[in-house]
Amino acid sequence: MTLLISVFAAIIVTVKWYNRKDDSMKLGMLCFLYWGASLMWLVDAIFEYAELKAEYFTPALEDMANDAFLGLSVVALGLVIWLIRLLITDAKGSVHEALKDQKD
Amino acid sequence: MACFLVSAAEAVVVTAVEKSAEKKETTNPKADKSNRAEVKIPLSRKLKWLTYMLWGGAVLLAFEHVWHGEVVPWFPFLTAMSNPADAAEMFHEMATVGICMAVLITVVWFVMCKAADAIVKRPDKDIAQTNIA
Repeated sequence: MTLLISVFAAIIVTVKWYNRKDDSMKLGMLCFLYWGASLMWLVDAIFEYAELKAEYFTPALEDMANDAFLGLSVVALGLVIWLIRLLITDAKGSVHEALKDQKD
Repeated sequence: MACFLVSAAEAVVVTAVEKSAEKKETTNPKADKSNRAEVKIPLSRKLKWLTYMLWGGAVLLAFEHVWHGEVVPWFPFLTAMSNPADAAEMFHEMATVGICMAVLITVVWFVMCKAADAIVKRPDKDIAQTNIA
């Protein structure tokens, strides 16, 4: 479930990156982050499949819910890492402008 | 158990190589960007893709290990290190799963670099025809 969620996150971000107008959102980094994690979980899944065989595809409902919760948390963590980098690099200069503007 | 450490170790090495390559490219720029036929993707940029994949995978997998209670914020940080039997199992997992993870990411990156080079070398006419189709 974690693998599936991270793969979907990677695909969605890659499609978003392909349709980008400019590079100010730095989506490339987020693509690599999710694809890297997806590939690593794929290896993990292959090893687990080799151990459990068909049982791998019939997980307990509780395990599936926990894995789904973990997958969503991983996606959220990836987004937080990307957002922090986006704000620090500030390619559009939005943060710089906002900090210069003393009103907020 | 600690399979992400192999990718993290590779990420450290690749980051150092990438910084060195970047420094070399800025002090000795060879690429002539005016001639499209000679446009190449710099090595430092390609290495950056690999570092993003390795660091991203290692950080997100480390989070998974924290989730499962295999990594803790106190010494020795890995719960498997508390007894020799678990430690042996952990090292076995690092040698099998961990190495496979690092190898797969590196192989995917290598294929990606070859594909990127081929795409960059495509003439503009081909790109326009692909868009029409």
